[in-house]
Amino acid sequence: MDRTTRALLAAAVLLIGASFLIPDWVIFLATVIVAKALVVLGLVILWRTGLMSFGQALYYGLAGYAVGLAQAELGVRDAFLLVGIGILSSAAIALVLGFLLARYRDIFFAMLSLAFSMIFYGTLVRSETLGSTDGFSILLPHFLGYAPGSRAAGHDLLILTVVLAAAAAWLVHRYLASPMGHLTTAIRDNEIRVEYLGYSVERAIRVKYVLAAALAGAGGALVVLAVGHVDPDSTYWTTSGEFVFVTILSGAGSVLAPFLGSALFETLRAYATDYAPHSWQMVLGVCLLLLILFMPQGVWSLFGRVRRLGAKDKVAS
Amino acid sequence: MLTALTILVDGLVYSSWLFIVAVGLTLIFGVMKVLNVAHGGFYSIGAYAAAWSIGLYFQAGFAPLGAYALLILSAIVSGAIVGFVLERGLLRFVYGRDEVLVVLVTYAVFLILENLVLQIWGVDAYLAYQPDSGLGVTKLDGLAFSNYELALIPTAGLIGFGLWWGLNRTRAGKVLRAVIHDREMALAFGIDVQRLFTVTFVIGAILGAFGGAVTAPMISVTPGIGVEVIVLAFAVVVISGLGSVPGTMVGALIVGLCRAAAVHLLPQVELFVIYAVMSVVLIVRPQGLFGTSQPRRI
Amino acid sequence: MFARKTGMGALHRAAATILAASVLALGAAEAHAESVKIGLVTFLSGPAAAPFGVPAQHAADLMIDAINKGELPAPFHTKGVGGAAIDSFWVDEAGPVTKVVQDFRDMVERRDVNAVVGYVSSGSCLGIAPVAEELKKLTVFFDCGTPRIFEAAKLHYVFRTSATATMDSVGAARYLMTEFPKMKSFGGINQNYAWGQDSWHDFEAAMKDLKPSLAITTVQFPKLFAGQYSAEISALLASHSDVIHSSFFDGDLESFILQAEPRGLFQESHVVFTTGETVMFRFGSKLPDGTILGGRGPYGVLAHPSALNTWFRKSFIEKFGTPPTYPAYQMANALLGVKFAYDKAAKAHPNPSQEQVIEALTHAKYEGMGTEIDMANGDGHQAITDTAYGEYKYDTKTGQPTLTHIVYYPAACVNPPANMNSTDWLKAGMPGAKCK
Repeated sequence: MDRTTRALLAAAVLLIGASFLIPDWVIFLATVIVAKALVVLGLVILWRTGLMSFGQALYYGLAGYAVGLAQAELGVRDAFLLVGIGILSSAAIALVLGFLLARYRDIFFAMLSLAFSMIFYGTLVRSETLGSTDGFSILLPHFLGYAPGSRAAGHDLLILTVVLAAAAAWLVHRYLASPMGHLTTAIRDNEIRVEYLGYSVERAIRVKYVLAAALAGAGGALVVLAVGHVDPDSTYWTTSGEFVFVTILSGAGSVLAPFLGSALFETLRAYATDYAPHSWQMVLGVCLLLLILFMPQGVWSLFGRVRRLGAKDKVAS
Repeated sequence: MLTALTILVDGLVYSSWLFIVAVGLTLIFGVMKVLNVAHGGFYSIGAYAAAWSIGLYFQAGFAPLGAYALLILSAIVSGAIVGFVLERGLLRFVYGRDEVLVVLVTYAVFLILENLVLQIWGVDAYLAYQPDSGLGVTKLDGLAFSNYELALIPTAGLIGFGLWWGLNRTRAGKVLRAVIHDREMALAFGIDVQRLFTVTFVIGAILGAFGGAVTAPMISVTPGIGVEVIVLAFAVVVISGLGSVPGTMVGALIVGLCRAAAVHLLPQVELFVIYAVMSVVLIVRPQGLFGTSQPRRI
Repeated sequence: MFARKTGMGALHRAAATILAASVLALGAAEAHAESVKIGLVTFLSGPAAAPFGVPAQHAADLMIDAINKGELPAPFHTKGVGGAAIDSFWVDEAGPVTKVVQDFRDMVERRDVNAVVGYVSSGSCLGIAPVAEELKKLTVFFDCGTPRIFEAAKLHYVFRTSATATMDSVGAARYLMTEFPKMKSFGGINQNYAWGQDSWHDFEAAMKDLKPSLAITTVQFPKLFAGQYSAEISALLASHSDVIHSSFFDGDLESFILQAEPRGLFQESHVVFTTGETVMFRFGSKLPDGTILGGRGPYGVLAHPSALNTWFRKSFIEKFGTPPTYPAYQMANALLGVKFAYDKAAKAHPNPSQEQVIEALTHAKYEGMGTEIDMANGDGHQAITDTAYGEYKYDTKTGQPTLTHIVYYPAACVNPPANMNSTDWLKAGMPGAKCK
């Protein structure tokens, strides 16, 4: 087991253990942090490929609505099934859209992805059956036939989220270490050479796009189950912007980075709203600005610096 | 009676407004390759500065004609200050970096600017309608149109012409276009690119603020107006081809006319029109209407 | 030695016991003077802050101060709620529903509130209601308008002390029927999101119920916070409707008036603003005479005169320099409801539990600011009130904005009955409506 896998396992075990001791509101916060980190994980894959999607909110929100509709129309209550439905619906749409989007790069990729998410937003707002901007409620999830009360459901959901996230992060870690995974940075550096080497750049991008969408779908499904409500705001451009922000905050250094970045962002926002209810946006803006200016590789780079310092000492002595 | 004339006039009015609001963003991106999310902040500041100063002006009881000069003045002053401070104080440190990083810096700046506006001017809505109502209405085809709104059309045309003339007929403009084309070469020729960037950014900020200032008499100036404008401006800029001023004009025209047609003929789709147009344009012409396709570097 | 130690030990033990007893006694005494902690939620930032958040904050600060000091007129003249002082803090409602829900959980689980009072946006209310039930915390909604809260589920911990938006639309329709019986057509311009869509559908249904022969001309749905309405106004002008309905509020409403007035829309059609009361004092002569305004109930200048109302208006103007608008009234009524419930429960059990307070508030009827609040619908959790509409008139001599031709509609006339939901009631032609 390499270092990252060990760290993932340790973090997951620690979190699950801690979940029995922490108060309910922290359980809820932790679930949201880990679920949103999944979305960011997908963005990290795309970022390594040199693409930044400003429209991940499309898949994040779509999965939420898929969960809601599955509950309302199909009567599905099981958490595993619901998350699966969320992932599949997002991946399916990404597969279709990927054929178009994979032809674009840079800012056009970003803007087109934004356009699609805003079109979806407009559709949702117009749709009165889906509740327009009010959205609708999501019922408590069941777990393999067992229907817990509300507090227990929150706890079980956190455990599910942590396990899923750890598994997803490990899979992404293995994927990035594989030849297909190495294509990410290769494409970012020089697409034409990749083509000459015999790989199809467009196909590779499509695969990564679907992967990112699936991760965003997982995150979206888990968040709506935790919150108990879904509304179109989850597909608005500011939601996408938030994910992009956390991506840059975390850095692309490791699959653990998104979790750290997400935790930092949510904690920052919670404290900013608590202590500065009238100016929390400014506090957030200033903090994030400072982070970008002084830690452009994301907070994960701090670990790199510490490790290097330690190595220097070893060499010196 | 609904005729093509009504749709045309409404479309032109909206297109002109869109152009005035978006052209600053085009300029900044074209020259500096910076996608400036804070543009929404410039718009906000321009609107508040104009509304606030016009309010004071009329309270002091001065002649109505001066209010128009005040509009332009407040835009220039607010845009120049904010633009200069931002460019010198912050942006010059992030130029070399990843494009996306720069966008995020501007996003953080936007958050700060929005809150700054809230701190300075509070949550109240500001009304400054006198320049709008002072001009009266014109009847076209039995329908009354506001003269102030109609005046947006020549205003947009003037700005467009001014920019085109500046870029193509002056020496400074030629230098600017050289920088757009190849920054390194321009530097090698001894052009002070840093100073040029500052000047361009300030002009872009002034234009953004002017968009807000010109809108202020038509609306109730409230917190959050910048947020709505960002997406609109972005869409227009992307449609036009990022950095092309004539492209912005054409892009704004297309969006404006489509939207006017939607409002009159099919109001249900009004919400999507701009995104649908953007998607169609990008699918048909991936680099935007007037964008130049980038050569692939091997 | 051992015996002496035991003797000392006994003394020590006695002292400890007395100390412990006195501490416990003090603790018990403290329990009677405890405060009621209330989390208050409204828009502190964003475009909804000025029209809703600010008046609500002012009203809450005024009311809580007065309640704690016992300065309200009878029957609310006692100090505190059930004898206990209110200890409150503010939370910003701005942001996505996820954040609103997060903040709610935080208020209940970390900051340990006794009750939550707030919420303007229907989206917030819909998201919070099930969570309030899950966390079993008393929650009072003061402003959000969607009827769905109590029509979709039976709620035990959630209350709403203001009537739903259905009342606004039905009231408007009835007013138009009485004032303009000859009208033949109507159109509308509403914001393209839940509030605007629901308002229009309720209004359309009510108008058709009252006069099926009416024709609908143009139905505009611009984006929320669009601000630019020149094309929509052209469409409205071209439609030559007799009546135009709009549920626009503040920023959008003001922009719309500024753009439509010079173009003659208000001369072309009768325009009704269902939430227009908020702009009454800001527009002076800029708002054309004859515009029909509503206040989501008898609030503001539409309020029924009473000692409470006189005190409220006087104190509010004194403290904040401007008369209270309907969000201020609604917040005041929510807090009066809390006080009413605590006082009533405390009469039977001093230091009432949450269950006892909830029981006191269910099916309650109490005097509010401007009107009587009757928790008749939603199994005793949803209030119904009467409503009123009037025509705007700017008195040029005194420089005062006023409403003329004011007509009041009793609660049972404009609210669905307790056993029907609003959509079915409107579809069925508003059966059981008692209007005289």
